[in-house]
Amino acid sequence: MSHIGSYDERIKNFDWSISESELGYKSGDVINIGWYCSDRICEQGKGDKPALIWEGLGGVEKRYSFNDIRLASNTIASFLRKLGVKNEDRVCLFMDKIPELYLGFLAVLKIGAIAQPLFSAFGDESLFVRMDNAQTSAIITQRKHVGKVRKIIDQMPYLKHIIIVDHDGVKSLKDRETPFSLEKATPVEDLEIYPTKAESPSVLHYTSGTTGQPKGVKHVHYSLISQYLTTKWVLDLQETDVYWCTADPGWVTGTSYGIIGPWSMGATQCVMDMGFSAESWYRFIEKYKISMWYSAPTAIRSLMKAGEEIIKKYDLSSLRHLASVGEPLNSEAVIWSERVFGLPFLDTYWQTETGSMMITNFPGMKIKPGSMGKPFPGITAALLDPDSHELITSANKPGLIAFKPGWPSMMRTYWRNEETYRKKFINGWYIPGDRATIDMDGYFWFIGRDDDVINTGGHLVSPFEVESALLEHPAVAESAVVAKPDDVNMEVVKAFVTLKPGYESGPDLELEIMNFIRKKLSPLAMPQEIEYVDSLPKTRSGKIMRRLLHAKEWGEEIGDTSTLEND
Amino acid sequence: MENIKDVVLEYVINEYLEDDEEELNYDSPLISGGIVDSFSMVSLKRFLENKYKIQIPDDKATPEAFDTVNSIVALVNSFVKK
Repeated sequence: MSHIGSYDERIKNFDWSISESELGYKSGDVINIGWYCSDRICEQGKGDKPALIWEGLGGVEKRYSFNDIRLASNTIASFLRKLGVKNEDRVCLFMDKIPELYLGFLAVLKIGAIAQPLFSAFGDESLFVRMDNAQTSAIITQRKHVGKVRKIIDQMPYLKHIIIVDHDGVKSLKDRETPFSLEKATPVEDLEIYPTKAESPSVLHYTSGTTGQPKGVKHVHYSLISQYLTTKWVLDLQETDVYWCTADPGWVTGTSYGIIGPWSMGATQCVMDMGFSAESWYRFIEKYKISMWYSAPTAIRSLMKAGEEIIKKYDLSSLRHLASVGEPLNSEAVIWSERVFGLPFLDTYWQTETGSMMITNFPGMKIKPGSMGKPFPGITAALLDPDSHELITSANKPGLIAFKPGWPSMMRTYWRNEETYRKKFINGWYIPGDRATIDMDGYFWFIGRDDDVINTGGHLVSPFEVESALLEHPAVAESAVVAKPDDVNMEVVKAFVTLKPGYESGPDLELEIMNFIRKKLSPLAMPQEIEYVDSLPKTRSGKIMRRLLHAKEWGEEIGDTSTLEND
Repeated sequence: MENIKDVVLEYVINEYLEDDEEELNYDSPLISGGIVDSFSMVSLKRFLENKYKIQIPDDKATPEAFDTVNSIVALVNSFVKK
């Protein structure tokens, strides 16, 4: 029997107090996610239960019980405190998916500081703009990534500590660098956990928009209420489940459902810190008997591409429940997974700002392949007319997805950017920026983004950020960046550039520019194609009309060109 | 002709290796080892195509084919005109 039971029954008398009650929380109490994910599970008598089974390259394995993660997070927390890190300081976690990332996340929360996880593949420019916005006090990183921090350290006087978790003692440390070894540190049994309250800030995740710099999405400790219950009712984690969330905690899925959700339920989770290959993923499922698997459409389509023969080599019978997030899950992928695994991937829709699942397919519910599903109980979801912003009441009519604010994990603001935060609301609705339809049965169907943001492999890339970085390349005079369709990643970055005099277009320059962006921003932001053009389409006021270039890439109607400069 | 193996190894070290202390050899796992991710693989493919004047079809550019310098060299050799 699934945790949710009947969806229709659940929505009738839903109240978030269901989650509060299960977590033993009452309004006004102290609520600290770090404590809920470790100490509380130990107090429930599950201290010896495996919490984290980690596998790195070459099959190196580390196992941590809930008592181990309690002690380890206490130990890191104590170390941070001794350095002078205090509540509400921003602490950046900039690591591969190593245990210290997961344990450090809990540690930061335990001292009331704000965890700022950043994807370890970010280049120095991406790292800088996010840390500069947050005025980050400390960063926890690895030796392999410290070079990127060193490149920008002089621009960050507010960054007091660079904590390196795998310093080998061979190379000398530089200014503000401090080594920390979890294995060598004396475990801290008792830690005074900072008494955070519901509205105390917890996590700062950065997300990209169409214009401007990345926005820091501020979440609070009360988000646990949503994250716990959605994990329970959608991911349906049972006491004996072995869970695998393939997301990196540098992104919101990796924290909401790769740390907070499963551990607040006392679930065992596995983490694989290796690059993708179909063989290694199937082997991982077989080896650790994964039963609940939460992944992403890009990964699923990559597995589809690898073929079905390979699946026969592995025993995947432990799988009992699959779900997906990050971008719309196409119906072919749902049908494929049902055929090869005997289980459909259930699509879940949410975003960094919502903090937890909003529209999803539920265990036991009739699945319509390609549909986003229905709103989670307690979530009021609707569609608004894109022009009038009136509520759409007829079925199958496209509109802007809209949510009534008030669910526990809703972002509280954009860090130091209240104005942009306010613009996310229209007529009392929160607008996530996506378009959809609702069918006669109340199922939502994704159409696309309502802006120019590129969703590549489930990650949002700002065209503005890439365009700005392109202009820093000596050969580039002007640039425009749009999404290009892609079979596996749904969308990839494509750049149109004009060159400065003296530079010649060609494949070598294209590769040079690609690598320039990859190192400066991230591999995700790297244009996978660069088209040289003589000029870019602009409005009469000089604004580049990305819309025209986007339409060309997608084979769509160009639409109104009355404002085009040279029409 | 330059030794393809050494050219590819040197390119990977210069372009993708973040930890300058890490040692790579012809059999080091690049994709599964997290040194080159699926997005970066596109730039590595482009380098090989530019350098050796070949076209590698997308269905041949798999994570397995790009996982080591040796497997990359085998892939390149299958397209280079003898």
